[in-house]
Amino acid sequence: MTELPVQTETRLGLVIDLDICVGCHACSVNCKEWNAGGHMAPLTDLNPYGKGQDGVWFNRVHTFEAVPENGDGCAQTVHFPRSCLHCENAACVTVCPTGASFKRDEDGIVLIDESRCIGCKLCSWACPYGAREFDSDVGVMKKCTLCIDRIYNENLEEIDRVPACVSTCPASARHFGDLGDPNSDVSKLVKDRGGYDLMPELNYKPTNKYLPPRPRAKAAAQLPSAPIIETLPSNDQPLLQWVDKFLSR
Amino acid sequence: MQPAFSVIFFTVSTGTGYGLLFLFGLLGAAGKLPADPTFGFIGMALGIVLVGAGLLSSMLHLGHPERAWRAFSQWKTSWLSREGVASVISFIPSLAMMYLWVFESTSHPMFTLFGLATALMAFVTVYCTAMIYRSLPPIHQWANGWTLPNYLFMGLAGGGVVLVGLYGVVGVPLTLAPIFAVGALFVAWGVKSGYWRFIDNSKSKSTAETATGLGHIGKVTQMEAPHTEDNYLLKEMGFQIGRKHGDKLRRYANVLTFLLPILLLGGTQQTTGYVSSGLSLLAVLSFALGAITERWLFFAQAEHTVTLYYGR
Repeated sequence: MTELPVQTETRLGLVIDLDICVGCHACSVNCKEWNAGGHMAPLTDLNPYGKGQDGVWFNRVHTFEAVPENGDGCAQTVHFPRSCLHCENAACVTVCPTGASFKRDEDGIVLIDESRCIGCKLCSWACPYGAREFDSDVGVMKKCTLCIDRIYNENLEEIDRVPACVSTCPASARHFGDLGDPNSDVSKLVKDRGGYDLMPELNYKPTNKYLPPRPRAKAAAQLPSAPIIETLPSNDQPLLQWVDKFLSR
Repeated sequence: MQPAFSVIFFTVSTGTGYGLLFLFGLLGAAGKLPADPTFGFIGMALGIVLVGAGLLSSMLHLGHPERAWRAFSQWKTSWLSREGVASVISFIPSLAMMYLWVFESTSHPMFTLFGLATALMAFVTVYCTAMIYRSLPPIHQWANGWTLPNYLFMGLAGGGVVLVGLYGVVGVPLTLAPIFAVGALFVAWGVKSGYWRFIDNSKSKSTAETATGLGHIGKVTQMEAPHTEDNYLLKEMGFQIGRKHGDKLRRYANVLTFLLPILLLGGTQQTTGYVSSGLSLLAVLSFALGAITERWLFFAQAEHTVTLYYGR
């Protein structure tokens, strides 16, 4: 049913460290690879080798530049993976007319029952974050399952029972855990690093948190552009002084 | 937002159909409807067909139309589901009203009751339609106080214009109907102008800075997109074609939806016979074209927060 649980037993989700993410898209690719055969399979690709290719992905890596407006400090390039945030106030669930979309009582994961989905697309309109993508081939909406078919999968080694995006990240920028437990590693990480919600003004209360890039040294911003070094050799470098004099002639 | 024709036709057709049924319901309850069963059949059938065609059209854009029946189940939380339920319920009083009008008489004791129920369900259904859009926080141009009156008064004005057109064709004396329709058109025009002024002069609370949470560093711009081709999100939510022609289309919408029908309906008061019926029909045609333009703009000029991630 599309009524949201008042409280879930756990709040499973991701913590994404924007300070570490190198923008390699490995999370997107491994997500696609795993889920093309998983719970929401197939993840259709249309015209994959031609012009105007189009396909369903659960994870997309954007790259942004943040530039201080008063010129005070460094501009920063930030790689930004975007996927379902498994919100507490998941409007994608409540707008669903058929009950295909639901939020699980036990862990707060937002899922779609494909066999009930009529493909009206309203849930994708209700999601501010663009987490849901319509599969025009199958005619139903698809979204991140937090790899529900991995995290509880007892056929996998325990170390592998994490979402595909987390297991593959070469920089360990992605963390998986229970954000409802204040003593979990992910909750501590959020507390220590000032993890935050995306678009908090819309009050969707996302479960996933983002860790901000660490502040850069201001001095770096004040370095002059080329020529970088104009310092002349000092008196205790007679050879270099001679070379400088020779070259300056 | 992508202006899918099926959804534009759906909202305009059901809105107008319910506007007509709403007026029939109230006029019937007040005992002001012509007793002629043929007129009753044509009029009620027109309202019901406009509603039914709109609902069928809304099913066309579904990925799985054969599962549409499932959409009646989640009325507790979903405005789309509520709309589906309300639209089905609305057929009961309208068909009952039609039956009495055609086979019994407009003075039947139950006619007033079914008339009121028809009007109520017409109002409730259009209210639900508008709330589907009104209740979507990611779309600033929809999630505001103008959306609901916009849909309600557009429906009422459409119903008024069609009612006059119908009176004209069937040859029922127009009496006060054109004056009422002109009044509804003026109110709808005022609301639409207010809506446009609002979306031109206000901004979404969400920005690229709040969407990424990087505003504490500075101004956020897209540096590299995650993919080279438009995906579902950009095709559905990042629709941009209309923006260039927005002002021109608003002028067309103003003239066709409001100004021209008001003048034509005014003309029906000064003329008689075929000329008068002709003018009332032209008003219907003009309103239909205008309302489709207005609804197209409602979608095309709506901006979704996901586009903030794509620098659009």
